[in-house]
Amino acid sequence: MSILVGNHSRVIVQGITGKEGGFHASQCREYGTNVVGGVTPGKGGQEFEGLPVFDTVYEARMATACNVSLIFVPPAFAADAILESIEASIELIVCITEGIPVNDMVKVYSALKSSKSRLIGPNCPGIITPGQAKIGIMPGFIHMPGRVGLISKSGTLTYEAVNQLTELGIGQSTCVGIGGDPIIGTQFIDLLALFEADRDTDAVVMIGEIGGSLEPEAAAWIRDNMSKPVIGFIAGQTAPPGRRMGHAGAIISGGDETAHAKMKVMRECGLFVAETPAMIGETVKQALSQSRKRYAGPAGLSMVY
Amino acid sequence: MKIHEFQAKEILKRYGVSVPVGFVTDKLSDVKKIHKKLPTEVCVVKAQIHAGGRGKGGGVKVAKNLQQAEKYAADILGMQLITHQTGPSGQKVRKILIEQGMNITKEYYLAMTLDRTAGKVTAICSTEGGMDIEEVAEAHPEKIVKTRIDVANGITGASLRKMTKALGFTDKAMVQKFHDFCRSLYQAYMEMDCSLVEINPLVTTKEGELFALDCKLTLDDNSLYRHPEAAALRDEHEEDPLELEAQKFGLNYIKLDGNVGCMVNGAGLAMGTMDIIKYCGGEPANFLDVGGGASAATVANAFSIITKDPNVKAILINIFGGIVRCDRVAQGVLDAMKIVPLKVPLVVRLSGTNAEEARRMLNDSGISIITATGIKDAAEKVVKAIRN
Repeated sequence: MSILVGNHSRVIVQGITGKEGGFHASQCREYGTNVVGGVTPGKGGQEFEGLPVFDTVYEARMATACNVSLIFVPPAFAADAILESIEASIELIVCITEGIPVNDMVKVYSALKSSKSRLIGPNCPGIITPGQAKIGIMPGFIHMPGRVGLISKSGTLTYEAVNQLTELGIGQSTCVGIGGDPIIGTQFIDLLALFEADRDTDAVVMIGEIGGSLEPEAAAWIRDNMSKPVIGFIAGQTAPPGRRMGHAGAIISGGDETAHAKMKVMRECGLFVAETPAMIGETVKQALSQSRKRYAGPAGLSMVY
Repeated sequence: MKIHEFQAKEILKRYGVSVPVGFVTDKLSDVKKIHKKLPTEVCVVKAQIHAGGRGKGGGVKVAKNLQQAEKYAADILGMQLITHQTGPSGQKVRKILIEQGMNITKEYYLAMTLDRTAGKVTAICSTEGGMDIEEVAEAHPEKIVKTRIDVANGITGASLRKMTKALGFTDKAMVQKFHDFCRSLYQAYMEMDCSLVEINPLVTTKEGELFALDCKLTLDDNSLYRHPEAAALRDEHEEDPLELEAQKFGLNYIKLDGNVGCMVNGAGLAMGTMDIIKYCGGEPANFLDVGGGASAATVANAFSIITKDPNVKAILINIFGGIVRCDRVAQGVLDAMKIVPLKVPLVVRLSGTNAEEARRMLNDSGISIITATGIKDAAEKVVKAIRN
């Protein structure tokens, strides 16, 4: 059934009466996502394209039994919007907003740890289970239902990778953009564990960036815990140290945060590493054919041994 | 946002962190006046630029008296200071900080920054002060002690005791001073929305005092909206003029040393595009993220900035049209051509919604644009265009 989202997802949009929130709420519905309402403080009782708008997330939850919240709230109020969803015990919170103050996210992160909610993002394209639910801003049409999971810090680079997969006829189980900020709610390892346990996923693509240590930590975790093949890429091989490359988190502050260092660790941990962003699709294809040989059933055993 | 040492010290002083008495100036004629106000005859003249490694580059000098102070001030003010962080051309010194002298007994290191994995602010301290902390981390990792601070509880007694022990403070009065110092520093970090506060060195003196002798402070760009006073701390001289111009257009631009100008939507794809240019044998001249929109005006602005860099010998536009339609982007490129004439080869790769139509528009326009289908095709074509 893929991970986190699907036909069972009942979505509310925080900031649905705003320009971005409204546009993407419509786009998600068009894709087939079950959007059940919206929240904008002060606009409770109104309607958005036939959907009820509530003043608070709590009211929305009581009225619609929503289990996912998609957030399009300006940076100054976004942390508060996430906290509101945590307090209303929303299972999955997806925050698209870019530019939230880091110290606000320190507080959100602390609140998340003592809650049952999961946060994807912020500063991310969202999450999609192709053919079932699109909860985010990604272009739905490039995706194709299938059995490869994808986790990425980036937006358009993810679309590039998905596009390559679809063109090669390789469908996706679920694609998650975890976000490019220094503090994000869900990290590579959390999702790798979900994909490893998911019966509908055969392999996972992991697209990282310079800065921080999430990717090497994930690579070590993969080496110790994963049976499914993982394909990795790190963007930013040409990035100079000390410069913020667009994303707040994409900044090299130590030698082990460079793309080369991270790719080296990935290789050492047994990942299939794509040298360039153009080779992500091909690398997945190779990984799938190799692992098929390795994990072939009784008929294939003679080939391996 | 990076700020100068003297600005950082002014902020810390407001929060009760002890810093040396000192005054900043951009005029040599002020040196005498400043020297008179200092509590000591001996003073330190420090170049104020954002880059680190100022001491090794000759930008920090200890003067025994006023005559020496005036001489060093004359040497440093206006010099082109080259450090390992400035690049080979160095950075012009426009301001100097003149501070009191100290009877230093020992130097320590103390910093607060974000631990991304834990999602918490982390205090880092070491007995090896005054050195490059990365080198200490490499050679003596055991001499670096880290304490994570929980945002709900603030800096706890246990954290303070852990750091006190690590730095070896035993004198009761000094321990108290250190605890106060750390508490004030954490308060400043949180209230000013810093992403880094680094005191290197933190010093003890013969008189039993504790001072932040040098200080580096970085403010979180995302939080600047709630610190309107911080806008005044920005020093545009420390920034690249093209990067400043790009900021005014809301573009994310970073100048690099290569010759392939790049225009891409999204930070990750922009980095990926630079990577593949390098892989194909070229060198990117810049990082440029035009954001999700990529309207005609954005494309035109981005174009004018890229073409102002004299090193640019060819341009690559790589747009993945998701929500944005490629035909609109293509129209933007064509409109931009009318405003900013094209003098170097231009390779355009548009993928996603209405990509076919966009390619046809560019091909039919009569302007010599090289269209590409994939990201690799685009990189190869742009590198080839430069070689020809």
